[in-house]
Parts: sequence; structure tokens; C-alpha cells
Amino acid sequence: MRTNGPLALIFHTLFVVFMLAPIVVVCLVAFTPEGFLSLPVNGFSLRWFRTIASYPEFVHAFWVSLGLGMVSSFVALLFAVPAALAIARYRFPGRDALAALFLSPLMIPHVVLGIAFLRFFTSLGLGGTFAALLIAHVIVVFPFALRLTLAVATGMDRSVEMAAVSLGAGGFTLFRRVTLPLIMPGVISGWALAFIQSFDDLTMTVFLAAPGTETLPVRMFLYIQDNIDPLVTSVSASVIAITMTALILLDRFYGLDRVLAGKSDPGR
Amino acid sequence: MTAATDASTQAASSETRAPWALTLPALMLFVGVLVIPLLMTVMLSFHDWGQYKGIEPVFILKNWQEIASDPYYAEMFWRTFRIALLATLITAVLGAPEAYILNRMSGRWKGIFLLLILGPLLISVVARTLGWALLFGGNNGLVNKLLMSLGLIRAPLPFMFTETGMVVALAHVMMPFMVLSVWAALQRVDPQIENAAMSLGAGAFTIIRRIILPQIIPGVLSGAIIVFSLSASAFATPAIIGGRRLKVAATLAYDEFLNTLNWPLGAAVAVLLLLALVLIVVGSNALIERRYAEVFR
Repeated sequence: MRTNGPLALIFHTLFVVFMLAPIVVVCLVAFTPEGFLSLPVNGFSLRWFRTIASYPEFVHAFWVSLGLGMVSSFVALLFAVPAALAIARYRFPGRDALAALFLSPLMIPHVVLGIAFLRFFTSLGLGGTFAALLIAHVIVVFPFALRLTLAVATGMDRSVEMAAVSLGAGGFTLFRRVTLPLIMPGVISGWALAFIQSFDDLTMTVFLAAPGTETLPVRMFLYIQDNIDPLVTSVSASVIAITMTALILLDRFYGLDRVLAGKSDPGR
Repeated sequence: MTAATDASTQAASSETRAPWALTLPALMLFVGVLVIPLLMTVMLSFHDWGQYKGIEPVFILKNWQEIASDPYYAEMFWRTFRIALLATLITAVLGAPEAYILNRMSGRWKGIFLLLILGPLLISVVARTLGWALLFGGNNGLVNKLLMSLGLIRAPLPFMFTETGMVVALAHVMMPFMVLSVWAALQRVDPQIENAAMSLGAGAFTIIRRIILPQIIPGVLSGAIIVFSLSASAFATPAIIGGRRLKVAATLAYDEFLNTLNWPLGAAVAVLLLLALVLIVVGSNALIERRYAEVFR
């Protein structure tokens, strides 16, 4: 009874084909030698990957996305790590409410967040700036940074810290030399997952980006709205390759099932 | 003696102050840049707007009355929730059996297929939806060619710019959430119960219906809540597959903000979407937890 019958395996095969088909198709079309979209693809060429280089708006958008993802997930950790330590170690009044507030960006639809941030930053005179994008992304990726740090901090053995305290360590030294190395796997995975979230976000960012601060997903989306051609598939294939690399790193460091369990919340 | 008491009070007070000192920066960030903008958006939905005068910071119900009275909005919200519900049904019907099959695979295959099925969750939604746009692509898209060669349909079905296409693409985008949720529920199922049922003479179908299904239903339901709320507020997939005419709540709000520039009306649409989703999610969560309290214990 613990093995799958032939019917189950047929269903499973069809299911996997369904899940992978759109991604495989994008990657196949990206290598077309033709000047137009054609399926099935005849031949193989890197022509459309070379073409990306001659579209400065895609190249620029890529750097914006990369910088935004790296900085926003780092800043989110600066706020999330202390908060995670507090929530993991202390019972204090308002603890549950705080945790709920910090995880709330997962529950609020990203359209609503995009609108709220657009309204807020425009009224501050920061509309369309990189700073506005950065702060908005810090809020959106914060829950992911918090969750993964929290998971490691909760299960942490505190006897090492006690030993350090008994040897006279305190304050920041204790944190830097003992606590931080112990929670590092969670912090790194939190950073990686936060980076992916920031790098892929379209729904919120599309409200905030202006020419010059457009991220790659926003640039791709606006391009697709006008026309779909092999160029945008080669850009997509590059994005998929970047995400896959981050995914494999995450899997090695932390285990993908644990990362994804932290992602299964309403919010996008 | 007094010194000892002093030290202990000091320790106790630092024990109560420490968590607040640690969470204060994040709390200030969230109040300043999340709570205040959200409140401003609620306020915005009560402001007035005109083509020439722009936004007027007054308190009126104009936008809410427009949404309540114009059938266009009722139709749009109904479409949004209909699409979300259909996508949820598809993910439940396909995702739950798949999670069950996955769970019965041996270690190595389980890991590989779990990665293949859950991995797309982290791949850009724009790229995944682009894949569907390519597969649907007009009358001679691959999906239509496949369906016709299998003899399932005679004439090509329209997928692009239709609700059918949106439902299929959304179901694909949301599928990993359902598989993940059911898979998590399956981890709590004791395989010995299945063996016991088998030893008592139960057939495969009876075991699934009487043993497995009742235990994974909470997982299916909580997966359904996630998929529904994400589908109802989805933006990229409806915008790319639905085109410029077939609007859902998220794409309509986008239009009001960035094309028409009627921010107060767009804010009202967004606030209404948020309220509806909070009500649906909180309501169904409460129902599930009451009905399946024993499973969550």
C-alpha cells in the first residue's frame, strides 16, 4: 500500500509536466534563432541573450533589482534579528501582537501595499525614488527575514551563551562572537529568501517604480504589455537561472522544504 | 542584603526592558512606514477627485457610493472572486492527490519532485505567466494543438484574454501552495493507521476515503484559504493573460492609480478588496478551526 500504482504514476507524470511546461517553454523559446516567436523551436542560438545587452533599460533594471534585493534584505535583517531574538527568548506583554504586526505584510495583498506606499511616499515628495522602493521592500521582505531567524533562535541552545557570560563576555561582544554565529544559518537563509522575494516582486513595485528606478520584473511586465517577443523570453530565462542558483544555495544551506513552509502564507 | 535586592530588581527590570529595546526599532519602522500609509489609504478613499482639480482632501462617500451603485464594480468583484474560486478548486482537486502520491515516494525521488513542484513558487510570476501566454498563443498555441490532437476539442479554445486562461494560469501559479499545505498535513498522518485498515481488509479506495481524506481535509482547506486570497488579489497573471479589457480588482486599482489617476476611487477599490479578503480569511479560518479542532491540537 505504500507504493504508487500505475494510475498514480501517470497522474504524477502529467502533473509534473503541467507544472514545468510554462517554465520549460520560456527557456526553449529563449534559445530560438528566429526573429519571431515560434513553437516548436528549430535550432539553437544565443542571439536573443546577446540582444539583451543592446537594451540598456533591461540591463539597468537588472542592476536596480539586484541592488534593491541585496540592500533591502540586509536592512530588513538589521531590524529583524533583534526582534527575532526578543520574540524567541522573552515572554512579555504584547509579544503576540508584535509578532502578528511583523508578519502582517504577508497577509496584506501587495496591491494594497503598493497603493499605500505610493500615497505615503508621494506625499513625502519621495515618489519614484530608489529610497522609497528600498523602504517599501524592507517592509515586504521583513516577515521572511524574521521567520527564518526566529526558527533558528527558538531552537538555540543557550548554554554556550551562559558559558560566555560566565567568562565575562557581555553586550555586543556576546552577540557578535557567540549569538550571531549560532543563528547564522537562519540569518543567511532569511537573507536569501528575502532577496528572492524582493528580486521577484512585481505587484507592489509596479506602483512605486518610475523610469530610472524600474526593477527587472516591472520592466518585463511593461514590455510584455506592449508585445511578446523572444527578447523578453531570454530575459525571463536569465531571471529563472538566477533564481535557480539562489534556490540551490538555499537548499544546501537550510533545506528547501523548511524555507517553503515559511512562505506558505497569504500575501502576494 | 540591600545590594542583593538591588541587583535582582535591576536584573528583573532589564529582563522586562530588553525585549522592548530589541523590538523597538522594528516597531517604529512598522508604525512609521506600514501602519501610517495604510491609514492614509483608508482616508484617501474618502477624498474627492476631479479631472481638473485633482485630489481634494475632504470627507465624502462619493467613491464608496460609486462602487456600490455602478454595476461595473459588482461585476468586476464577482469576476475576481469567481476566478479565484475556480483556481482554488483546480489546485485542490489536482494538488491534494499529487501531495499524497509525493508522500508515498521513496526518499530520493520525493526530494527531487518536491523541488520540481515547489521550486516554481520562487520563480518570477512574470516569467511563469509569460510561459502560459506562449503556450496559449492564439488559435495555434501548443495547448490548443495538444487538446485537438487528443480529440478533446474540435475547434481551438480561446485562452488568451479570457477567464478560462486566467483560471488555468492562476491555478498553475498557486499550485505549490496547495501541495505544500496538504503535504504538511500528510506529515502528521500516522502510516500505521493505514496499515491497520489494510490488515482489517479495507481496499485502497476505502482507505483513501475513510482514513486519508478525513485527515488531510484541514490541510486542503487551509491551502484553499491561501490560494483563494492570493488569487483574488493577484495582479501579474490577470494583467498579462486577461489583457487590458478583462479587469479584476488588482488590475482595476492599478488602472485607477496609474492611468486614470483617480487615486481616491482606486484606494476605495483596494480597501474594499482588503476588507473582503480579511473577512473571508478570518471567517473561514475560524470555521475550520472549530470544525477540525481535534486535528490542530
